[in-house]
Amino acid sequence: MSDMNKAMVEKYRNSFLSEVEANVEEGEWVKMCMQCGVCAGSCPLGDAWEHTPQKIFMMIRAGKRDEVLASDSMWMCTSCYNCIVRCPRELPITHIMHGLAHYAKRLGIVPQGQPTAKFAQLFWDNLIKKGRVNELKLGLSLYFMNGFGEGIKTSLKMKDIGLGMVKTKRMNPMEMLGGHAVKDLSGFQKVIKKAQELEEARLAKHGA
Amino acid sequence: MTEVVATNETILVVGGGISGMTAALEAAETGKKVVLVEKRPYLGGRVSQLYKYFPKLCHPTCGLEINQRRAKMNPNLTIVTMAEVTNIEGEAGAYTATVKLSPRYVNDNCTGCGDCARAVEAEFDDEYNYGMSKRKGAYLPHVMAHPMQYVIDPRIVGSDDGQKAKAACKYDAVDLDMQEREIKFPAGAVIWATGWQPYDAAKIQPYGYDRFDNVITNVEFERMADPKGPTGGKIVRKDGKEAKNVAFIQCAGSRDRNHLYHCSRICCMASLKQTHYVVDAYEDAKVTIYYIDIRAIDRFEDFYQTVKAMDNVTFVKSKVANVITDKEGNPICRGVDTEGYHRYENTHDLVVLATGMEPSVAKGDFPVDIVINREGFIEPDAANGGVFAAGSASDALDVNRAVQHATGAALKAIQVVNRVARAEA
Repeated sequence: MSDMNKAMVEKYRNSFLSEVEANVEEGEWVKMCMQCGVCAGSCPLGDAWEHTPQKIFMMIRAGKRDEVLASDSMWMCTSCYNCIVRCPRELPITHIMHGLAHYAKRLGIVPQGQPTAKFAQLFWDNLIKKGRVNELKLGLSLYFMNGFGEGIKTSLKMKDIGLGMVKTKRMNPMEMLGGHAVKDLSGFQKVIKKAQELEEARLAKHGA
Repeated sequence: MTEVVATNETILVVGGGISGMTAALEAAETGKKVVLVEKRPYLGGRVSQLYKYFPKLCHPTCGLEINQRRAKMNPNLTIVTMAEVTNIEGEAGAYTATVKLSPRYVNDNCTGCGDCARAVEAEFDDEYNYGMSKRKGAYLPHVMAHPMQYVIDPRIVGSDDGQKAKAACKYDAVDLDMQEREIKFPAGAVIWATGWQPYDAAKIQPYGYDRFDNVITNVEFERMADPKGPTGGKIVRKDGKEAKNVAFIQCAGSRDRNHLYHCSRICCMASLKQTHYVVDAYEDAKVTIYYIDIRAIDRFEDFYQTVKAMDNVTFVKSKVANVITDKEGNPICRGVDTEGYHRYENTHDLVVLATGMEPSVAKGDFPVDIVINREGFIEPDAANGGVFAAGSASDALDVNRAVQHATGAALKAIQVVNRVARAEA
């Protein structure tokens, strides 16, 4: 391609597509979508979404920044990978949807009360403390996610399973008191801190 | 059978479909000696299985007859059928070909009278109709077969049926003692015209070709439209119901990195042509074409516009996600269209998969050193020496382009044998 051609391509590439390519995991694949619709038709939750993946990709290319980032679609993905398996162009659709969700979260744009986003936050908060997931605490925080009353009800319902797990040593109730950490916790925290710095620098660079 | 007499000035053509026939005839008509080797018992290949050509909607039998006549009249051309090239060694100007000859069990005395077929009882799936009908154990592959000679299926040789065929023949043409044999002969240049085969539709799991009777391929549909075909030209389902509401699913295998990397080029036009078959057959026909984009280039654009203007034809811009069936076995196409992103679930009588073309020789199976591209087609490359691809062995091509390409390949081969001739003079 000549320099002139390249310049014209850049001119017509709207800024939101570049933003996605720069900030969203696997975002550089968005432009490869040929709008065949197989992903949308193959998605088992397809009709529960606001926008199908193929529509999201077209909206990105059309520069509909606000609609895309505020959409609940990428939060609805259950990672079944049907779309990736069937995509004739091998787009990593599941990963792009997760990438978009992550990016929207970084920007503070998440649909109100989105349960997947809520759970993701619980998971992260749990993980970051000890460098590993405390399954007992994560399970309980999931029970209580939608209020104290519902939490008690779910806990009572799951009581027998919990006791069974304790009996067969699949769960240790002592994990409630802090729980055990990875071997080098301070090293882990340094890694996370560095990663966050890099990500913030990248976000700042793209003016988001 | 005809003995093969060849020298280093002979051109070997591998494959006797429309491309191989064209290349062989063009070269032979310039005075070159040509040996044409064909795997099937007759010439014409997949073109002989087409009902009509696009865009003129004329019959391929017409051009096939002209080519067969040219072949019969030309003393420079030796045709060997039921033969497969198993090895080619050497270099441009000095190749040695090894060819395996399968027994036809019928010699040149055959007049094509058909007494053997009438005498035989055993029946087998008819390859010519993609297994949609049966043929006898002694058979003429199709009404215009060239050479016009019957074939005895190896499965009846050694059975009572074999003896019946032999006893029925008044011309002593049935020879049940024929054996497979191997011949070797020299050639200066090779034209490789092994053509294509339809992509295996059963591999496209979501469309259920292997599970549903009423999901068929475009090559099967083509046989169905032919009055000489398995249904006598009636467009009907396996259960006998008239197929008036027909769906075509484009890019079934093509342009899909899970299947074929390439666009097969012919399937859009094939479906537009086959739409005519449906619309011509039934006054209340309804055709739906599901597509990513319609690739009807140059003069084909008019053909596309004509079909598009038909009231009973709907185009849906969407690659169907999957096919399911209802209780009556009617196929249901499901997906989301790209013009409005509407979710659809449309019931049809019959779904035709516009399956793509893949090279008929698998990547690892070439008996000759040759450069193959990612898609499995032959690349034009200096490393190929005196071996030249013709027609759809080189790329997914329609008949028109395949014939042009084959003519070019003939010229390339002629240049090589001319060099040999000058060196030997």
